[in-house]
Amino acid sequence: MPPLGKMILRRLLWVFPVAFGVVTMTFFMARVLNGDPTELYAPPEATDALRAEIRARLGLADPLPMQFVNYISALLRFDLGISFTTGQNVAADLWDRLPATLELGMVGLSLGIAVGIPLGVLAAVHRERWPDFLVRGTTLSGMALPQFWVGLVLISIFFVDLRWLPGPVGRLPIGIALPPKITGFLLVDTLLAGRPDLWWLAVKQITLPALTLGFSSAAPIARVTRSAMAEAMQSDYIRTAIAMGHSPRVVWFRYSLRNALLPVVTLIGGVAGHIFAGAVLLESIFAWPGLGQYALQAIERSDFAALQGFVIYASLLYVLAFLLVDLLYMFIDPRIRS
Amino acid sequence: MSDALLEIEDYSGGFVGETGELAPVLHGVSYRLKTGVMTAVVGESGSGKSLVALSVLGIQPPAFERTGGRMLFRGVDLFGLDERAMRRVRGAEISMVFQDARAALNPVFTVGRQLADVWQLQHGGGRRAAMRQAIEALGRVSIPEPERRARQYPHEFSGGMAQRAMIAMASLICRPSLLILDEPTTGLDVTIQSDIMELIVELSHTRGLTTCLITHDLGVVAETCQEVVVMNAGRVVETGSAEAIFTRPADGYTQRLLSASQLVEAA
Repeated sequence: MPPLGKMILRRLLWVFPVAFGVVTMTFFMARVLNGDPTELYAPPEATDALRAEIRARLGLADPLPMQFVNYISALLRFDLGISFTTGQNVAADLWDRLPATLELGMVGLSLGIAVGIPLGVLAAVHRERWPDFLVRGTTLSGMALPQFWVGLVLISIFFVDLRWLPGPVGRLPIGIALPPKITGFLLVDTLLAGRPDLWWLAVKQITLPALTLGFSSAAPIARVTRSAMAEAMQSDYIRTAIAMGHSPRVVWFRYSLRNALLPVVTLIGGVAGHIFAGAVLLESIFAWPGLGQYALQAIERSDFAALQGFVIYASLLYVLAFLLVDLLYMFIDPRIRS
Repeated sequence: MSDALLEIEDYSGGFVGETGELAPVLHGVSYRLKTGVMTAVVGESGSGKSLVALSVLGIQPPAFERTGGRMLFRGVDLFGLDERAMRRVRGAEISMVFQDARAALNPVFTVGRQLADVWQLQHGGGRRAAMRQAIEALGRVSIPEPERRARQYPHEFSGGMAQRAMIAMASLICRPSLLILDEPTTGLDVTIQSDIMELIVELSHTRGLTTCLITHDLGVVAETCQEVVVMNAGRVVETGSAEAIFTRPADGYTQRLLSASQLVEAA
């Protein structure tokens, strides 16, 4: 077995070919599909000369292959380019928006795991009885309902009708200033700034989008946990554990769950990649100033550099997520270690 | 009362199919395991011998449904016990060794940990003390370097080593009065088979165990067991002392079984 550090490094190096592949695809697809963004930035009455000047300033005057070479050589210098829309360096834009997406993702995914795994265990333990049918029914609907729709329903119940929670206006109510940025996570920074009142406001703002994410990620997690647990519980080693007199609690949570975790961890890795790459529609609905919203704007405005920067970030994220999954595998299953 | 530790009386049942009808597989099975004696239950695969053994511990497949019979352990009907009472019987009074030991051990925990877990369950005490007992038990079944082996996982054990560990768990970590062995040597190399059988016989003697050996290997039975139960197609066709069964088999099926095994040995 190669040393752990070497394995991790090798996996991290994968990000370069992966990023190159996705960047190439995004580069050409964005230009073919979206055409010429000059129209978006030029006033309607602009002369041809002005249009040409705008095109040149956007870096669109060169032939396409030349633009590609320029972009890639800039990338190699870790320069993601300038966003047409914000006028800022794309790397700085991404860095600004990253904490919002990460914070929402972590809260949502934790909810999904905390609810999904116990539900899956419950269903597996009571297989083909009513708790199983109930879990299977709700999780099926959780997977079938589109996330944005669940978000809208939650808003309409908890904000519009019951008025328990604030409206979808972002991370803090309108007109409330952010605390000084330390970690970028509002739930942490508000406390570091000694403002529990702001913390409570932030908690209320994040509740609905996090619940939406939690609901839609708990569903597949519960289903995979259920089937993996059901399989583990029919194994010889579980029969042994029962024959030796172990209680159901030990049999389920110590001896079966650990074996059932492998497919669950794989799934969570995929779900995490999805969530942390920015739940695009969800962030739009909740006016959440994260990466998903940024990507959506970039697409709408043919903001090539911004879109490509986002795609590079997302591919890095997936490579990291699956590296983490593999490391967890080795921790869970000794057969993979050797 | 009687000299039998376990008396199986008229045990019948079958598998419930998808449509809900019952396909009977056990037809009034009755036999006794005499205290301190090694009894063999022989028969071909599908004869129901393992199913009866699993039923003793209440770990038969869920699709199996009992239609009648009693199972008296020290005079108490095991079928009358609730789950909680049954758990006090498992391991402590009756324990079991399974056919494929490497599959019967949990792949994601060390062998030592699994033995130590059972020790703590059966006898209490701290984790360190339990681990010491696990290592001692592994040494007792002639596993070399028990301290190192205890830290290994089942996939790092050979089939024979894993079966030794399983026997240590079932007979030394648990301290049962009845030990059931379900095809304990099937799938092992021939030389390993005889080593394992020697270990089983030796442990049964020194610990005064009542032993039930389920097997299709008549050669093993002739060398080790005093009593024999012959099963065929869900019925007990003959019971008696090993000597009587081997020299004067009364039932036609027993005779065929004997001659078949002799043919194999001659070949």
